[in-house]
Amino acid sequence: MTTLALNRIKKSFGNLDIIRGVDLAIGSGEFVVFVGPSGCGKSTLLRMIAGLEPISGGELSIGGERMNERAASERGIAMVFQSYALYPHMSVYKNMSFGLETAKMPKPEIDKRVRKAADILQITHLLERKPKQLSGGQRQRVAIGRAIVRDPKIFLFDEPLSNLDAELRVQTRVEIAKLHRDIGATMIYVTHDQVEAMTLADRIVVLRAGVIEQHGTPLEIYNRPANRFVAGFIGSPKMNFLDVVASDVRDGGVAIDIAGKRARLPIEGHVAEGAKLSLGLRPEHIGTEGTGGLELGALTVVHVEHLGGQTIVYGRLVDGQSLTVALDGQRAISAGSTLAVRIAAENCHLFDEAGDRIGH
Amino acid sequence: MSISGTTERPVAGGRLRFGDGWAGYGFLAPWLVGFFLLTLGPAIASFYLSLTDYSGLGAANWVGAENYVRIATDDPRFWTAMNVTFTFVLLSVPLKLIFALAVAVALNRGLAGLSFFRAIFYLPSLVGGSVAVAVLWRQVFAGDGLLNQALNALFGFEGPSWISNPSTSLYTLILLAVWQFGSSMIIFLAGLRQIPQDMYEAASIDGAGKARQFFRITLPLLTPVIFFNAVILTIDAFKAFTSAFVISDGTGGPIDSTLFYTLYLYQEAFTNFRFGYASALAWVLVLIIAFFTAMSFLTARFWVHYDD
Ligand SMILES: Nc1ncnc2c1ncn2[C@@H]1O[C@H](COP(=O)(O)OP(=O)(O)OP(=O)(O)O)[C@@H](O)[C@H]1O
Ligand SMILES: [Mg+2]
Repeated sequence: MTTLALNRIKKSFGNLDIIRGVDLAIGSGEFVVFVGPSGCGKSTLLRMIAGLEPISGGELSIGGERMNERAASERGIAMVFQSYALYPHMSVYKNMSFGLETAKMPKPEIDKRVRKAADILQITHLLERKPKQLSGGQRQRVAIGRAIVRDPKIFLFDEPLSNLDAELRVQTRVEIAKLHRDIGATMIYVTHDQVEAMTLADRIVVLRAGVIEQHGTPLEIYNRPANRFVAGFIGSPKMNFLDVVASDVRDGGVAIDIAGKRARLPIEGHVAEGAKLSLGLRPEHIGTEGTGGLELGALTVVHVEHLGGQTIVYGRLVDGQSLTVALDGQRAISAGSTLAVRIAAENCHLFDEAGDRIGH
Repeated sequence: MSISGTTERPVAGGRLRFGDGWAGYGFLAPWLVGFFLLTLGPAIASFYLSLTDYSGLGAANWVGAENYVRIATDDPRFWTAMNVTFTFVLLSVPLKLIFALAVAVALNRGLAGLSFFRAIFYLPSLVGGSVAVAVLWRQVFAGDGLLNQALNALFGFEGPSWISNPSTSLYTLILLAVWQFGSSMIIFLAGLRQIPQDMYEAASIDGAGKARQFFRITLPLLTPVIFFNAVILTIDAFKAFTSAFVISDGTGGPIDSTLFYTLYLYQEAFTNFRFGYASALAWVLVLIIAFFTAMSFLTARFWVHYDD
């Protein structure tokens, strides 16, 4: 069931078009993550849903009702700000109860809700404190608590973890996932951390310059990126792109020459003979052993990073194009040596000159 | 040798520190001279004089606490001055605060031409304390002044002479003081700018309307600034002098209705040549201001919210 529908949503600041026609339907209970590079309009889109930013065009509906003109407090949403935006002069309890008091909810009901939220977030012992007496992680919880007590249909998070240190980030990420399972509310989450996106999302929405580039489950996006931008954005280390030329186009396949060898890859749609294509290869799919697949030739190693569980190799192919390879485990590889590298054909992504996916 | 052997610090370091110290005092000298000669010295002298019958000429005879006793027990004009001054302080300070805050909030609403209006509203504070404006004020509120001419032209109403009527004269001075709300307003504006915008966004999601946002978010977060302004304005108001002096021609009239404390003190010193008594009056004022300031700081922790 659709909870939230965006229909040709647009936003301009002056004559600057920031959101340029976004269509999206979000189902009840879904966890949707907006990702995209800085300045692509993630926060703006979220704030339009929240009612903090007027909508320049299109329609926003929540629960089937048009919401464009409704005040933020009437949309059934709650928002967790990147800065937490806790009221510094109010206790934790008051921070959470403020909205309910504003709504003139009876005191016992307020108390019940605040204590329940505090219990879920394990901040009951902090209720009397002021925000300044809390650590960053505790403030984060209060901010989430303030959202929970409103019992919203939709939770909105704008980069809620970006002010936390690495360890706390992981811990809080897990807790947000758990919270989503437990209360089952719809959540929209903005981040530019792709690990957060991959781990939390039921569905990832990749934005660039105010338009949706692709949306789908994390694995759909990872396995079948719709274009070069998405392919490069999701995945770490970043996908390699090698310049290749299409030749011998026939039977739903195309031949490409790489490292002096010719390989055939299946494609959908049509490419012109001699078209310049981009061959996308994820570093973790490139290997050194085995036979078959695409031989990429000898890689001259420029730099190696030993991560313990993984060894990242940066190098150059025979034709001078750079390539990053992520190998499992610990490898005795040093700069200056050469490696023969290869990749399975099904892990190759082909993009046309416009950047659109043409591969299988 | 043995001395330098016991200290780990190289001799050169000590010399450098010594030289630095004198250079530092050198740079401080103008301030130090000013402080001792123009502030501390006169203060001590005036305290001594307050215990004498000094008249400005001749000898200062020691009278002990006599001046203070007379202030407390046998000086009706002192109590008149107290009455006038307290009325002035208790009305002008809150009014000025409210006015300054209201204008600051209005200007902060992202009005076009903010800097223009900010300058316009600040202007009275630049010129308002001057003698020229006090003279102008007298023209406005005199019997045949601008105000009455306007009232007459608009409503056919014959106004009294506001400044020569003892029941209204003080209020024209309060009005003049409130009119100079500019510097408090500038400080309020700066304070309003400090409040993060997302606080209001969170509050609007929490359903708080503009009024509730103002009373529950803006006002509490502004309390340090309100406190600061209140203390500064209170001290200033106790010391108010120029406007009353000019408008009443130094008399504090009509019938002592604008006899500010400082004006009374001035008359005692420079009209009646009772420097000893005036010095005692000055010290009483110091104590009153100190008392109010101390009270403000003591009560501050109950209502001022500090973020750190
Ligand atoms: N009030 C505003 N007036 C003018 N331009 C704005 C305003 N708010 C945002 N923008 C512009 O809109 C674009 C999108 O901003 P937005 O904050 O949505 O980006 P974002 O995707 O959230 O980026 P980040 O990851 O850095 O938070 C930016 O180019 C920004 O400069
Ligand atoms: Mg943002």
